Amino acid sequence: MLFAAHRELAGGADRTVVALPEGSTVDALFSELSGRGGDWSSLVRSAAVAVNRKYAARDTVLRMGDEVALIPPVAGG
Amino acid sequence: MAWSAVTTDPIDPARLMARVGGDPQDGASVIFTGTVRNSNQGRPVSGMEYEGYAEMAGEQLAAIVAEACERAGSDRVAAVHRLGSLQVGEVSVAVAVAAPHRGQAFAGARHVIEEVKRRLPVWKREHYTDGQTEWLDGEVVGRVKQATDGEGAGG
Repeated sequence: MLFAAHRELAGGADRTVVALPEGSTVDALFSELSGRGGDWSSLVRSAAVAVNRKYAARDTVLRMGDEVALIPPVAGG
Repeated sequence: MAWSAVTTDPIDPARLMARVGGDPQDGASVIFTGTVRNSNQGRPVSGMEYEGYAEMAGEQLAAIVAEACERAGSDRVAAVHRLGSLQVGEVSVAVAVAAPHRGQAFAGARHVIEEVKRRLPVWKREHYTDGQTEWLDGEVVGRVKQATDGEGAGG
């Protein structure tokens, strides 16, 4: 899931599809996205990630059906 | 009774205060409201658009309110964040806390607004009078070293 400035960088899509081997971590997801080049690598550098609506560490293992969201630097309030 | 919501409806601070009032053990109550300002770094602002990861924001705000209850030593803590398009002067976020003593009430309210700014998955796009818009720079949510059950980066 992509939000705010990330969505704009991705050309307006609110979602992007990433194929990863079973047992991949958040870190692997970040590497794959960085590898797309251009704006994606700067996006990844400042992004946090939420898995199933909770902030997740880089070593979190992703599973089929997990809801994964890239969280740009937050600006609420 | 702690309460929180993420909504697109206009916020009524008086109603929020009423949610935390009425407990005779409380000697202090605090209300904080955040409103859209008319300028940012010299640029005149016409409005603000708030976008959020709604489902997660709801859960995070509830967690933040629970933390504030501990700090305030009171379960009379209520907070609401609004999403959508807001005009200058409209309330984007409000926090109300009642507690036996003022130190607790202030501490509880402060905790909520500071944590909202630090970790609530909400973003704002400023609309300027010249027609331009810009997503505002935010806080990078801190990374946890190791995944722990039920705890986010802000925990």
